[in-house]
Amino acid sequence: MDLLFDAFGWLADGANWQGSAGVPARLFEHLWLTAISMAIACAVALPVGLWLGHLGRGGTLAINISNVGRAVPTLAILVLLVLSPVGLSIWATILALVAFAVPPVLTNTYVGMREVDRDAVEAARGMGMSGLQLLRRVEAPLAVPLIMNGIRLATVQVVATATIAALVAGPGLGRIITAGFGRRDYPQMVAGAILVAVLALLIEVLMELLQRRVDPLRAARSTGAQPAAEVLPVIQA
Amino acid sequence: MAVGAAVHAITFSQDCLTRNDWICFEYVRTRSDQILEALQEHVYITAVSLVFGFAVAFGLALLARRRPRLRGLVLGVSTGLYTIPSLALFPLLLIPGLALWGGLSSTTVIIGLVLYSLTILTRGILAGLDGVSPDVKESALGMGYGRRRLLWQVELPMALPTVFAALRVAAVSTVALTTVGVIVGHGGLGNLIFQGFQSNFNAQVLTASVLCVVLAVIADLLLVGVERLTTPWRRVAA
Repeated sequence: MDLLFDAFGWLADGANWQGSAGVPARLFEHLWLTAISMAIACAVALPVGLWLGHLGRGGTLAINISNVGRAVPTLAILVLLVLSPVGLSIWATILALVAFAVPPVLTNTYVGMREVDRDAVEAARGMGMSGLQLLRRVEAPLAVPLIMNGIRLATVQVVATATIAALVAGPGLGRIITAGFGRRDYPQMVAGAILVAVLALLIEVLMELLQRRVDPLRAARSTGAQPAAEVLPVIQA
Repeated sequence: MAVGAAVHAITFSQDCLTRNDWICFEYVRTRSDQILEALQEHVYITAVSLVFGFAVAFGLALLARRRPRLRGLVLGVSTGLYTIPSLALFPLLLIPGLALWGGLSSTTVIIGLVLYSLTILTRGILAGLDGVSPDVKESALGMGYGRRRLLWQVELPMALPTVFAALRVAAVSTVALTTVGVIVGHGGLGNLIFQGFQSNFNAQVLTASVLCVVLAVIADLLLVGVERLTTPWRRVAA
């Protein structure tokens, strides 16, 4: 328990909250890294998932892509990317984060689109909607809960992976942990771990709130309609 | 001539180390003891974590079924644990670890991995047990099965496919997560990956990474095999 006490001592030391290696700077790096990676991942995975789901094709691909990724350790991907021609730039980290964020978004979007009530789709078709109208006005809105589920899982994943990226000189709060490890400074390691854990839990809670807020059928669902099937959260290493 | 060829072979094979090639058998040959040691630690940490994880998850699942009020708590806490990044969880475990089991040891990694596996396994076991058709349970009860016999001879066998699906996911992600144990000095193959990164040693990084994936695939295949052995009736149906 002394270690916990010392860790809080580290956190209480104002010197650790200043400068480019201080907590606020590292937090900003972490959030920035997470945001840009999620933006790229969504820009890639959402259109593909929506389109494949609309067509009902490529399901095996969309599902299996998450299973394959799970077997490859994050650390291995990060190190391999850094040693590769991409090199020790921020883009190696971002590329790795995007690679880990795409599968949950893609899989959940695809499943969400496929689980849309077929009767609703048929009715919309009967009303004369074109494919694109159907996608935009019926399928996508009904798939929002699962799509958001995928984005939430991916964000949690990216926050965790961004932490591991610090082992290979990536920016972010993980650097406080790895720097402590390098100096055998356990209180600093634990202090960094506390910060990372709090950030991850906060982001999870925020994303869950967001997930509930953006559901276009929130009102309908709260009157006793079935909740959307949840895809088992699976986080890669 | 033969001597010349041998000399050439030696200089050539050592070249792949000096050239820092990604694929280098000379590395595997000269550092085989180091690789085996890391592999051994990796397998040990993964296997022990999965065994303990399954035992704890099974107990939690039974508890959650017996006391429905605890169900939300059990699932909530294990999901919350899952949200904590591994690089943070292992150092956090040093807080009790330094006092109880000596801190930077493989025990710290194992406890972290057990905690992570709980989310997947508890959900999987619960889903499997919940999925057993009420008609089947009623028939068994009508035949005079007690609660315990119902669980072990009816519910559990019928839940096995779902349980094994969860075990496979847990096994594959545990193999991968073990590498992060390097932050407390015990990451199995992760140690080799990290050292390889620090010394810019391509062959070491790639070899250890490939071994990780191979290990995950072997674990997955093993579980598929065990599943087939323990659910012979499913082979007939298929």
